Amino acid sequence: MLSLAERLKEKFPNIVTGVLDLKGYPTVVVKKEGIKGFLRSLKDDPEFGFNFLMDLSAVDYLFWEEKEFRFEIIYNLFSLSKNQRLFVKVPLPEADPAIDSVTSVWASANWYEREVWDMFGVRFNGHPNLKRILMYEEFKGHPLKKDYRYNQRQPLIGPLN
Amino acid sequence: MTTTLNDAIGWARKYSIFQYPFVTACCGMEYMSTACAHYDVDRFGAGFPRFSPRQSDVLFVVGTISHKLAPVLKKVYDQMCEPKWVVAFGVCTCTGGFYDNYATVMGIDTLIPVDVYIPGCPPRPENVLDGLMKLQEKIQSQKQEI
Repeated sequence: MLSLAERLKEKFPNIVTGVLDLKGYPTVVVKKEGIKGFLRSLKDDPEFGFNFLMDLSAVDYLFWEEKEFRFEIIYNLFSLSKNQRLFVKVPLPEADPAIDSVTSVWASANWYEREVWDMFGVRFNGHPNLKRILMYEEFKGHPLKKDYRYNQRQPLIGPLN
Repeated sequence: MTTTLNDAIGWARKYSIFQYPFVTACCGMEYMSTACAHYDVDRFGAGFPRFSPRQSDVLFVVGTISHKLAPVLKKVYDQMCEPKWVVAFGVCTCTGGFYDNYATVMGIDTLIPVDVYIPGCPPRPENVLDGLMKLQEKIQSQKQEI
């Protein structure tokens, strides 16, 4: 009996590039091309049934020299029918940090993707309303990127200090 | 005994402080503790929070202020009628506290004038009452605009 991650690698050999086991949780590394179709089939295929997008976040690996990519998007999926969790990781290059939106698969991805755009500057193609969710519209830059100077001030009103 | 009109108005004003609690964060728990029966802020004539800035005299800014919230605080302050005073309650409102990041205002005195600073994370109720008495001294001793 193959594990869930290995079954996925066998079923989607062109999309899944790696299989990891993070603290006992099955994890697959996926190419960004075809991510939407891949996640769609994870949701709709009764073999997997991942009907719940629990979280969608990102990591900036700017100072990790062994990483060839800059960002990584992480989908935290859960199957209510099978009580099964899955992490899907998608590396993104620094030059073009963009990925297809999955709002049409799980509606809850809407605000998660806006948060990732706000904090990391990763664009989501096909998102219905990709604007800032936590910071204000006048804010410049994306504060959780590792090259954002943490103590720089961007007040809405009032003097700099 | 008060001897002049100025002192009499100061006496009346310092014992009838209508406060507007602008509570955003954990300092609010200490504020509630101070305002309730155990420490009883009503002994100082300040036991009557008004939830409209137009009816209040003292703006209690209780808790961290982010840049996104800063225009709201400014608008609340602008809506208050003269004479008005501002109390910075807790270290986040005094200096930004332990926050030094993209989101936090480094002290509300960068936005609005502050009369009394009450540091502490959060300040104990005794500390708050001490600050309130200092505000009363300030109100009593200043020139009363009518």
